[in-house]
Amino acid sequence: MVDVTPADAVPPAEVGEVELYHPHSWWTKYVFSQDAKVIAVQYSATATAIGLVALVLSWLMRLQLGFPGTFDFITPEAYYQFITMHGMIMVIYLLTALFLGGFGNYLIPLMVGARDMVFPYVNMLSYWIYLLAVLVLVSSFFAPGGPTGAGWTLYPPQAIMSGTPGGQDWGIILMLSSLILFIVGFTMGGLNYVVTVLQGRTRGMTLMRLPLTVWGIFTATVMALLAFPALFVACVMMLLDRVLGTSFFMPAIVEMGEQLQHNGGSPILFQHLFWFFGHPEVYIVALPAFGIVSDLISTHARKNIFGYRMMVWAIIAIGALSFVVWAHHMYVSGMNPYFGFFFATTTLIIAVPTAIKVYNWVLTLWRGDIHLTIPMLFALAFIVTFVNGGLTGLFLGNVVVDVPLSDTMFVVAHFHMVMGVAPILVIFGAIYHWYPKVTGRMLDETLGRFHFWVTFVGAYLIFFPMHYLGLMGVPRRYAELTDMTIMTESARHLNSFISIMAFIVGFAQMVFLFNLIWSIRHGREAGGNPWRATTLEWQTPQTPPAHGNFGKELPIVYRWAYDYSVPGAKEDCIPQNVPGDFAPSREPA
Amino acid sequence: MSVILVFLLVIAGFAGWWLSHQRLTAKPWLEQGLAGDFVGFDRSALPTAKIGLGVFLAVVGCLFSLFTSAYFMRMGLPDWQPLPLPRLLWLNTGVLVLSSVALQCAVVAARKGQVDNVRLGLATAGFTTLAFLVGQLMAWWQLTGDGYLLASNPANSFFYLITGMHGLHILGGLVGLGRTSIGAWNGARPERLRLSVELCAMYWHFLLFVWLCIFALLAGWAATFIDICQRLMT
Repeated sequence: MVDVTPADAVPPAEVGEVELYHPHSWWTKYVFSQDAKVIAVQYSATATAIGLVALVLSWLMRLQLGFPGTFDFITPEAYYQFITMHGMIMVIYLLTALFLGGFGNYLIPLMVGARDMVFPYVNMLSYWIYLLAVLVLVSSFFAPGGPTGAGWTLYPPQAIMSGTPGGQDWGIILMLSSLILFIVGFTMGGLNYVVTVLQGRTRGMTLMRLPLTVWGIFTATVMALLAFPALFVACVMMLLDRVLGTSFFMPAIVEMGEQLQHNGGSPILFQHLFWFFGHPEVYIVALPAFGIVSDLISTHARKNIFGYRMMVWAIIAIGALSFVVWAHHMYVSGMNPYFGFFFATTTLIIAVPTAIKVYNWVLTLWRGDIHLTIPMLFALAFIVTFVNGGLTGLFLGNVVVDVPLSDTMFVVAHFHMVMGVAPILVIFGAIYHWYPKVTGRMLDETLGRFHFWVTFVGAYLIFFPMHYLGLMGVPRRYAELTDMTIMTESARHLNSFISIMAFIVGFAQMVFLFNLIWSIRHGREAGGNPWRATTLEWQTPQTPPAHGNFGKELPIVYRWAYDYSVPGAKEDCIPQNVPGDFAPSREPA
Repeated sequence: MSVILVFLLVIAGFAGWWLSHQRLTAKPWLEQGLAGDFVGFDRSALPTAKIGLGVFLAVVGCLFSLFTSAYFMRMGLPDWQPLPLPRLLWLNTGVLVLSSVALQCAVVAARKGQVDNVRLGLATAGFTTLAFLVGQLMAWWQLTGDGYLLASNPANSFFYLITGMHGLHILGGLVGLGRTSIGAWNGARPERLRLSVELCAMYWHFLLFVWLCIFALLAGWAATFIDICQRLMT
């Protein structure tokens, strides 16, 4: 039953080595680099920088909500602009770019045992187009009329009308152009991630030996390649509506007593296209997080992942199902109730593979040798946060519950928990985990623990009360609600409390940034494999890995990625490239 | 949104077929070593560039399926007035078919190692493709001359949008064709040239297929076909 092969005396890989591009100057080595590791750092730095802008925008929003009327410079128009840019930056320019462009670029070649991505030049172009997209986005802050204030969903017709900030100015044009650029750049990178996993794997690295991180990023990239075109189509069509006066989405409309030239368009068409992208986008962000968290838990609990096969199948099932749930964002758009029933059903079905993953994480922890390192703390925090956000998702997936809760703070609390806080906790955990590989030094432990506890507890104190506000009926997207009867005194106090917590959590991120920069020089030396992990990126001859990743010969893979605490083995971890069989009678966990 | 869902089903079929050959039911925790039966699962024997192009064409197909989906949804609204297709489009279709055929000939020649015929095929494909693009621009010019402006009706808007998108993709392909031609004239290595020519041919055939679908869509045959299907179903 056990498939054991004597594994010594394996001939070197028969597959010819791919020609590797070698940089000739400082510019081609660090700036216009074709090395996936440099591109990964470039992606991550750019995403973090634009993410800081989004963080400041959220502070400004909280200033207004917590202390309405105190700050004159936050007009209702400005508030809408803050909300729009905060949402768009966080979802697309931070989370998508960081998970796929940052972690994807760094980890895929190293984890599958490749020297680099398969199309390095296209990979480099991908980053520079992403940077251009970010610059176009930032430029809208300085354009006449400011950035768009249409909400991150950019629903027409309001998005391109004069009542919305940026609607008849530059704001919406720059936003749409930036998204189009982002999608073009992402497609270039995405091709690389997918084809590298398909073709770049080293000898012995079968699909079922891939670490779950690679599975998560791979599936998310396939989904993104198929989902982003929907946003592309929507953006191009809206751009034509705005600039050339077509009527794809714009119905006949009277603005300030004047009949506009648009006629007969369908705003619902936009919603379909947008959410056909928008829902898979949730899982494009979540699947890499799922994958990474599986590896963090397994490594730091010194135990093999429970139900590896089930984890892989669940990732694939979630990826497929996420394309048939999009209309649950549109229950209140007046669609046929039977459609609502269909989409509610698919939405609830997708909870099944997701729940399987949660059970498997918990069962991996069960009787594991849990090391409460900082990556582990973040991974544990992710599980509880994700369960929390997932449960409110079951509420909102049901039409009858969603209709009264739609457009309230309950929805804001739900999606921040499930696709804001939860993936970001994984990003933090992953940074603490892989920073030693990227820089050769550990992040500071004390600062890290401070960062974790403030972020984790703080995020709950911010978003938990929002559920109550939502149940009370407090709507989202309003700059000021002071005079409404919904806003009782306790609700106002709660709002101020949330705002103060938001400032504290934001401050903790500054500590994290300081730690990131300070530790490059002053952190403790990490060595090649500080967490005693099995995957290939920890087995490189140099740390940080040199150009070409693995010395003269590529590693050969003899086992799966989760040989921790194997009974009978001397060490509690057996790296993937170590030959030999240690426990032939081992039963599946 | 049914067109894009059907397209995704096809993609899912491919993905499922491929995954079913990847031993997804393996128990990796029981399998150590480089067992002989894994070797075939390392990577595909196809050249990496072809797989890359295949994935890219799936994305392009997705894009045009989404335009088609949007076309059908917008078409159902009352202000839709179909525009008469210029007869020039038939000629353009013929020219595009010609360029695809020329590239196929170039592939055959490259496989036989006849560099002169490869050059002939590439040059023919380049010129016919340029002729196609000029023809498309002339069709636009005719339509605007007849008063079918971009913004005057959604049918017109979609016509310009979809043909424009297709033209842009052809234009991008010309960059690749140009690089291949430079290689063909400057004596690129035969196996390298063969791969480049094959990639060009693959792209051209796909864009020809997309154009035929678009043509059927814009001429209204696609709608009639779907209508017949729906009647048969009910």
